[in-house]
Amino acid sequence: MTTPLRERIGEVVLEMQNISLAFGGVKALTDISFDVREHEIRAIIGPNGAGKSSMLNVINGVYTPQHGTITFAGEQFNKMNPRRAAEMGVARTFQNLALFKGMSVLDNIMTGRNLRMTSGIFAQAFRLGSAEREEIRHREFVENLIDFLEIQAYRKTPVGRLPYGLQKRVDLGRALAMEPRLLLLDEPMAGMNIEEKQDMSRFILDVNDEFGTTIVLIEHDMGVVMDISDRVVVLDYGKKIGDGTPEQVRQNEAVISAYLGVAH
Amino acid sequence: MFYRENGQFKTSYRSDQQIFPVRQDRIFIFAVLLLAFVAVPLLASDYFIKALLIPFLILALAAIGLNILVGYCGQISLGTGAFMAVGAYAAWNIGVRFPQTPLIVEILLGGFFATLVGVLFGIPSLRIRGLYLAVATLAAQFFVDWAFLRIPFFTNYSPSGNVSVPALSVFGFSLQAAIPKYLFVLSFVVVFALLAKNLVRGAIGRQWMAIRDMDVAAAVVGIRPMYAKLTAFAVSSFIVGVAGALWGFLHLGSWEPLAFDLNRSFQLLFMVIIGGLGSILGSFFGAAFIVLVPVALNHIPSWFGLPLAIDTAAHIEHMIFGALIVFFLIAEPHGLAKLWTIAKEKLRLWPFPH
Amino acid sequence: MGFFLETLFGGLMSGMLYSLIGLGFVLIFKASGVFNFAQGAMVLVAALSMARFAVWIPNWLGFQNLILANVLAFMVTAVLMFVMAWCIERLVLRHLVNQEATALLMATLGIAYFLEGLGQIAFGASVYTINVGMPKEPAFIFESVFDGGVLLNLEDLTAAVIAALLVASLALFFQVTATGRALRAVADDHQAAQSVGIPLNQIWVIVWTVAGVVALVAGIIWGSKFGVQFTLATATLRALPVVILGGLTSVPGAIIGGLIIGVGEKVSEVYLGPLVGGGIEIWFAYVLALVFLLFRPQGLFGEKIIDRV
Repeated sequence: MTTPLRERIGEVVLEMQNISLAFGGVKALTDISFDVREHEIRAIIGPNGAGKSSMLNVINGVYTPQHGTITFAGEQFNKMNPRRAAEMGVARTFQNLALFKGMSVLDNIMTGRNLRMTSGIFAQAFRLGSAEREEIRHREFVENLIDFLEIQAYRKTPVGRLPYGLQKRVDLGRALAMEPRLLLLDEPMAGMNIEEKQDMSRFILDVNDEFGTTIVLIEHDMGVVMDISDRVVVLDYGKKIGDGTPEQVRQNEAVISAYLGVAH
Repeated sequence: MFYRENGQFKTSYRSDQQIFPVRQDRIFIFAVLLLAFVAVPLLASDYFIKALLIPFLILALAAIGLNILVGYCGQISLGTGAFMAVGAYAAWNIGVRFPQTPLIVEILLGGFFATLVGVLFGIPSLRIRGLYLAVATLAAQFFVDWAFLRIPFFTNYSPSGNVSVPALSVFGFSLQAAIPKYLFVLSFVVVFALLAKNLVRGAIGRQWMAIRDMDVAAAVVGIRPMYAKLTAFAVSSFIVGVAGALWGFLHLGSWEPLAFDLNRSFQLLFMVIIGGLGSILGSFFGAAFIVLVPVALNHIPSWFGLPLAIDTAAHIEHMIFGALIVFFLIAEPHGLAKLWTIAKEKLRLWPFPH
Repeated sequence: MGFFLETLFGGLMSGMLYSLIGLGFVLIFKASGVFNFAQGAMVLVAALSMARFAVWIPNWLGFQNLILANVLAFMVTAVLMFVMAWCIERLVLRHLVNQEATALLMATLGIAYFLEGLGQIAFGASVYTINVGMPKEPAFIFESVFDGGVLLNLEDLTAAVIAALLVASLALFFQVTATGRALRAVADDHQAAQSVGIPLNQIWVIVWTVAGVVALVAGIIWGSKFGVQFTLATATLRALPVVILGGLTSVPGAIIGGLIIGVGEKVSEVYLGPLVGGGIEIWFAYVLALVFLLFRPQGLFGEKIIDRV
């Protein structure tokens, strides 16, 4: 079944050129190049240890590659840090959930609005009209996200108390609260059962549909990848071994042997 | 039966975001404030006010300041005494060199200078944490101890290092008697507690808690660790400095650097741990507890006919505090404030068991 | 020049005393990842116990021999240290296994307060003396080189020798014995050590006991020199910068750090002190540690601290 190319897919918004990343003697990524187009859903797949998370970490600046450049929205970068990435409109979720365990669901997602909140300390301390209005405005936005993710009943619950599947939704909510141009999802379906995966797939597709967010996701479930992605990059041992639509990649010899472990 | 939220629907975000969304809580706080502002001045003895209430209030304020740093932002500090000292001595110096300054301005300026010192010694927090940060704050404590002892400028060349304040007055009212002192301190504490509460429930409070919970993830949502940590140190030191000035001016009257030494820092840290990390209300509980235990140890044994010698009581105090710190850290890291919340939960269900 | 040498020697000696305390910190941190704020309190309790039992035991058993009294007091105190270690592991450490370092730090602070109170109730709160036969008269050396010679404190020198012996035997213990090997394994990786069958809880009791005995030796030396009193517990806070300089995970680092701090304090007090009003000993070590923290937090010999994402 061919996935029709969406009409909304636009120009290249992110380009990785010859990215190489090593930790001491361990080569995590070797000379990787690929691009991501605006409004598309791009999957990064590959066996365990292929370097997928490292790739995501390079995109949002958690790791700095030894070689290569990143071009985002027309600007070229050699170095990036997470805060700058956030300011430029890159948001991400984490494989191991990096939620703020001491805060409620609502507060966690509200932290995603941080870059857009401008009230100074004095205004906040005295709860001046402007600070109060800003808080309410952002609260409204976050509440819409909470509705979208169907977690209304848990908004005041400390996230540490929620089951894993719901925590993942909060992680997604926090990233969405940043109104990102590029959303990086690190194994959003890990540890989920079939129903939860269907819910999460639906959320991802809706986000792409309603907000037009470009999505790069790492995922192991092939069914999900084939179903929702527009294009796929395949990594193995830190090298790129496939790049194309799900159909093309599925028929790629190198990819098949990587997964079945035939020839290395 | 009494503590039901039934029927209290919130129809706007504004009402949902109140400090006390439950009506019974609002009534309770109103009653407490009424008690504090009206009943106490009418009914309490001078001794009770001067020896218990005023120290309790001022220490609670300092504990709020420390809680912002340790409980909300997760930055450990063993140098709180030093910041109180800066607040007290700065306020005093202003009073001595510019005698026309109104008392409130003196106290606020004391807080301001404490902020400067606090931010300076908070800079290491940008690179180190945990034990290492504790050592940095200890450096602040010892350095400030020494500065106010050995740099004569700070004590206006007083030979003994001891300083004292003249008769205080505010807006023409004398603050010599217990009740005016008490109302002055109470007003300061209520106002600052409110400001602190507003900060911790707003955007900056969320930034602080994000840094505390996972500072790497905080950077990913665009929070600047430097801004968050330094503002935590700044706000915390300001409040602690104001508390220090109040302590010196309104509680002690005259003091030397020992009043703000390492023991004071530990005392405040204990208040925050026992009362509840990350809770404004908890700071009050912790302060009340720490102020009451010595009093209890002095009076309760004699009710049973077994009076304790003063230093034995002090040793038992040490044991109790030490044991409680360990107990709370193991069993209930959110301290008395959490126990209070649990009690309210049970009250919600009362008289039903579950 | 003679005076400078005196200051230098004095600094080296006091540095050794700091190193002894620092050693206790390093032992516990290496093996359990806990910074033991209660080390000072342990020194106090050990010193109190030693001082009092050395007086009580002869009274109970009815003999006069000082050496026997001291030996028995030492043994009783060592057992006491073991009991303390066992209680601390059982009641506190076991329950805080998964907490972060700050919580553990504050817990040891609580233990410190508890021990200080308990020690003074059990043993009394006056100032006591420890008499283990340390030489009290000063000696003069280099009399031919410098006029009047250089003053050397024999008690401090003896203490330094004892400390060096202690470090050497501890280093030997770690390298040669099976228990020492197990301790090193635990220090390296708790989980890996557990998976080869090393019982963590027992190891922790052993480590805290050894640290307790180190505290005992330190308590004897300090108590013999300064008398045993409450301030002993907080005087040991002075040793914290030692392990920051030397590195929290390094035994030789504790020694080097102690020497640097000891000499630095004395020299700065004598030569810099008069310029700024004196008494800078209180903060010199800490400010030096602060400088290290900003540029080299792991100290001179410690392992680099890695923050994992």
